[in-house]
Order: sequence, then C-alpha cells, then structure tokens
Amino acid sequence: MQNEFTGPRGPKPRSIFRLSNLIVYGTILLLAIYYLAPLYVMLVTSMKSMAEVRLSNVFALPIKVTFDPWFKAWSSACTGLKCEGLMGGFLNSLFITVPSVIVSIAVASVNGYALANWPYRGANIFFTILIFGAFVPYQLMLYPIVIILRELGVFGDLAGLVIVHSIFGMPILTLIFRNYFSSLPAELFKAARIDGAGFWGIFFKVMIPMSSPILVVAIILQVTGIWNDFLFGIVYTRPEAYPMTVQLNNIVNSTYGEKEYNVNMAATIITGLVPLTIYFISGKLFVRGIAAGAVKG
Amino acid sequence: MESVSIKNLDLKFGSVEVLKNLNLDVHQGEFIVLLGSSGCGKSTLLNCIAGLLDVSDGQIFINGNNVTWQEPSRRGIGMVFQSYALYPQMSVAGNLSFGLRNAGVAKAEIRKKVARAAEILQIEALLNRKPSELSGGQRQRVAIGRALVRDVDVFLFDEPLSNLDAKLRTELRVEIKRLHQQLKNTMIYVTHDQIEAMTLADRIAIMREGKIMQLASPTEIYGKPVNKYVADFIGSPAMNFLAGRIENGAFHFGGGVISLDKYDFAEGMAGDREAWIGIRPEHVIVAEGLSKADLTVKVRADIVEPMGADTLLWCVMDGQSFRIRLDGQFVIKEGDMIDVGFSSNAVSLFDKFSEILL
Ligand SMILES: Nc1ncnc2c1ncn2[C@@H]1O[C@H](COP(=O)(O)OP(=O)(O)OP(=O)(O)O)[C@@H](O)[C@H]1O
Ligand SMILES: [Mg+2]
Repeated sequence: MQNEFTGPRGPKPRSIFRLSNLIVYGTILLLAIYYLAPLYVMLVTSMKSMAEVRLSNVFALPIKVTFDPWFKAWSSACTGLKCEGLMGGFLNSLFITVPSVIVSIAVASVNGYALANWPYRGANIFFTILIFGAFVPYQLMLYPIVIILRELGVFGDLAGLVIVHSIFGMPILTLIFRNYFSSLPAELFKAARIDGAGFWGIFFKVMIPMSSPILVVAIILQVTGIWNDFLFGIVYTRPEAYPMTVQLNNIVNSTYGEKEYNVNMAATIITGLVPLTIYFISGKLFVRGIAAGAVKG
Repeated sequence: MESVSIKNLDLKFGSVEVLKNLNLDVHQGEFIVLLGSSGCGKSTLLNCIAGLLDVSDGQIFINGNNVTWQEPSRRGIGMVFQSYALYPQMSVAGNLSFGLRNAGVAKAEIRKKVARAAEILQIEALLNRKPSELSGGQRQRVAIGRALVRDVDVFLFDEPLSNLDAKLRTELRVEIKRLHQQLKNTMIYVTHDQIEAMTLADRIAIMREGKIMQLASPTEIYGKPVNKYVADFIGSPAMNFLAGRIENGAFHFGGGVISLDKYDFAEGMAGDREAWIGIRPEHVIVAEGLSKADLTVKVRADIVEPMGADTLLWCVMDGQSFRIRLDGQFVIKEGDMIDVGFSSNAVSLFDKFSEILL
C-alpha cells in the first residue's frame, strides 16, 4: 500500500523523449531546415570563387573562403554597360525608405488618432473609403499615378517615389493606428481633455508615449515593404534613381558574359540585409505590438 | 446661486434617447449621489456636466454660468473615473501637474499645489513613481489628487471605488467624506453601492431610464420612497411586496388584514383601491414587540442565514418568498414556527397600477 512515505511526491517526472515532444520538435526542426537551406546555399556560394562554384556541390562548404564576390557586388558588379555595383542603389533605397517611412507614419498616426478619438462629421465615410483603398489592387493605379507624378513634375525622381509610397501605406497604417488608439481606455482621453490638453497636446503628451508597440509594428511594416518594393521602383524612377531591388535584378539578370553565381548570391544577401536586421532587432517588439493591436477592435 | 443646475437636458445617441428632459439643481457644497441600475444614464449625465458629451437639448449652469458649450477644462470641474485613467508614462507628480502645466501655471506655483494635494491625500512618498508601481487604492488617490490640484468647484466621481476590494473601499469612502468636509466642494458621485450612497450623500438622486425619479435625503428616500421602484431599489435586503386591497381603512391580503389607523397617507391618497404593501425585512416585529403589532402571522423558517450582527430569515407569506431581518442574537433554526408581526406605521403602500406611494 502507498502511504505518505512511499507514494508519489513532488513534481511528476517527465521524459523529454515523449512522443508528443518528438513530434513537435521534429516538425519545428524540419521547417527550420526547409527555410534555412536556401540561405545556407547562398551564404556558402557567396564565399567561393567562381572556379570553385563551377566544380563543387552547392551544399559543400567553401574550400578557400573569399570575400571578393561581396566587394564586387557592392562596388563593381555590372548592370548592362555600367559596372558600379549595388552601392548607388543602396543609397537610393535609403533616400526613398527613410522619408517614406517617416512621412507615412506621421500622417497615418494622426489620421488614426483623429478617427479613433475625435469623431468629426464624415469620419465614417472617410474611414470606409480608406479601408476600400487598402484592398484596391496596385496594378490598377500604376498608370494614373504616372500621369499625376508627371503633372507634379516629380516623375522619375526619388521625391515622386516617396510620395507614392507614403500614399500607398496610408490605408493599412491608418487602420492599424485607429484600432490601436481605439483600444486604449476612453477615460484616459477624457481625463486629458478635462486637464485642458487639446488635439495636439493629447496626441503628443498622452497618446504617442503609449504607442511604442504600435510604432514598432508600423516601422517594420513600412521599412520592409518599401525596401523590398520592386514594382513602383522600376515604374516611377529613372535608372540613376533605381532602388536597390531593381539594381539587384539587373545584376542578376545581366546577360553579359558568364553568370557569376557567387556575386549574385552576395548581392542578394546584401539587399536583404536591411529588413533582416530590422527583424532581428525588433522581433520581440513586433510580436508584442501585433498582440497589443489585436486586443480590441 | 446653485452650484450645478441642469435645465431640461436631453441627450440622444443616434436615435436612442438616454437622458430625457432631465432637471437637477445641486446646492453649493452639496454631496449628491446618483444611484440607479446599470444603463440608466448616470455616466452619461456626468459626462454631460463635464462637457465630454455634447447635449442634444437643454442647458447646464455651473456657478450661475451657462457652460453648455464650454470646454471641459474651463468648466471648473474635476473628474475621477472607475478605471483611474492615470497617464501611464507620467510619474505621479506628472499626473498631478498635467492640468496645471496645460494651463500655463508657473513652476513654483505648480510645485506648491502638487505638494499640498499630495499632503491631503497622503501620497507624498509616491510622487516619483509611475502609476504601474501603485496599488489600486493609491492610484485612485492620485486620480482624486488630479482634480484637487486644479482647485475645481465641482468634483465628479464615476464609480471611483468599484475596482477596489471591500476593505479598501470602506477606507477610501471615509476618506472621500473627510475630504468633502475639509474642502466643502460640490461633489456629484455615481455609484451602485447603496452603502456608499447612504453614507456619503446629502441628497440621493434615484435614476431610471434617463430620468430622476426621486431626489431627497437618504433618510427620506429610505422612509418615504416615492414609488415602488425606488422602494425596491433602496434597502438591502430588498423590501417585501405583497398584493392586496385597501378597504375601509384596512389592508386586506392573503395573509390577513392590517388596520391602517397609524398609516400616514399622502394628501388625498386614502381611498379604497388595489394596492401593494411594502414591508422592509428589518421592520418585521418578533418576540416581545408583537403586542404593538397590527397583524400577527405564524410562519415557518425555511432558510436561516446568520450574518453576524443580524440574521436573515426566509419564509413564505401569502404564497410568496418573504425576507425577515432578525437580531443576530435571536435563536432560531430551520423548520421552526415563529410569530411575526407588522405595524402599519412601518409599512409603505403603493397604488397597484401607477405604483406611486399612497
Ligand atoms: N457612446 C455611446 N453610444 C451609444 N449608446 C451609448 C453610448 N454610451 C452609452 N450609451 C447607452 O446609453 C445608456 C446609458 O449609459 P450610461 O453609461 O450612462 O449608463 P450608466 O447608468 O452609467 O450605467 P453603469 O451603471 O453600467 O455604468 C446605455 O443604454 C448605453 O448603452
Ligand atoms: Mg456608468
């Protein structure tokens, strides 16, 4: 018979090799390999010389590690006749992304705040149109925008692209900010009004200090979205203003001479580095922000 | 001059009428409690007074000024919310001074006012903390302090103690009463809690469906409820109601006949009619008091609930569940038969159909 001395006591022993654990971790491992394998191939190939690329298996580690393909991709890879690498594109992308992100988030956060807290006449109609805007396919508007930019005199410039990105980011960002501000307790807003804060006072002193999770979400969405954009970049800019993605495409698809796989791989990784860094830095914040925005509609 | 005066106030949310032709006059320094079931419009009324909602019709005066279109911050009101509504990124001192900073008050002056409010509310030690580092009771003190520093004429409280546990609630209730005695401001206070209402109020306003049914002192509301709804709402456990008929100065019902010689009828209400009799559980007579009763009935104790100071007894009277409140010392157990009596000067009579007090 079991008594207080011989019976089970304390935490129940559990084996790490239970079937359920094997299934869960096995699945996770398989998925991880599936996603990481291409990255691995790119990384090793980018550090091989062309001679080695031609001879070796794609999964093999480089016999002699070289960073020449990286330097070449950055500063001297050829797109057609010009051989200036990705550097110019990187700067273009930077000049496009930074102002676009700032402008779109600044405008959308005020929009969302006004919609959530200052129900003005016609707010509902405005909001409906905005939501509708979020679902209209981009392709429909490609050409009309060309005309608008031309009339504004910014077609082909970085400024034109900044305007386009800011406008296209507006619906979804406004929606995100509106939902976030609506989820904050209404009493906070009321208390601030009684305390004599106005539209901007409440926005800057009460709302924005509470908005870091949603700001992080908005920044990540915009940085990655705009950095990775290809379509607008190729349609609305002249070659000297091409963003990095377009230049990458031109390098990779260059038909001149032998295909330099190692340079192409290096160029691709360099281009993806910015969004990748953002994800690594703010992964946790991102998840927290998404959850915060989803608490209440 | 009234401190707060509300004239013919209407408020609609779309097509839903929440406040209907509401009138309320609050004297200088008076403590008014708004009491009513959920959704009757108490918070809405408070928000209208604060200027957080645009009224659909009517006027609001504070200290004789028509503030109907005035901004909340310029009405001389402070508001305390159930959810505290402290600015989470500001320190306690920052929360207290936010209103003064917005008004452009000089730094030295702000420091003085914050220090004084902190002293009154005993939160001096907390001034540098963030709201998240405070307990519920401390948070609510800070919220009260936010109204205090602005030297407002009228305090508005929307269920300020509902989120606190029972012990803390009692503590802060007393503190609010002390604050009122000390500051002598006008206070309008919304609550669901009858004890808060009875203990704090100079006058209680019982609201129902956007109207004020009765506005009177706690004693009067308890003793002379204007209708059956108010009678039912005030008092815990609730008043017992039995249906019957008034005939020749006596109330006839299934349990017997009560002579109404001692009942104080309202002007012109004394005729024969169908009626409800309302008997508070604590006004039922037992034991030696029975000699003065106008009617004595024998009932069986179905359930006995000892509550310390008193004991609640459930029985059946005229086919209905009936509550009786006894002294805690009274010895009784379930199944016992007991004589209970009613005295006609401790009952209320209501018209069967209009339900108004007779
Ligand atoms: N913004 C709003 N839009 C539409 N209807 C509203 C709004 N705010 C309140 N109401 C309605 O108005 C009525 C009164 O609401 P109010 O908040 O004043 O009730 P209350 O008496 O404070 O209730 P409680 O005791 O639950 O706090 C309710 O029926 C509510 O549904
Ligand atoms: Mg309410």
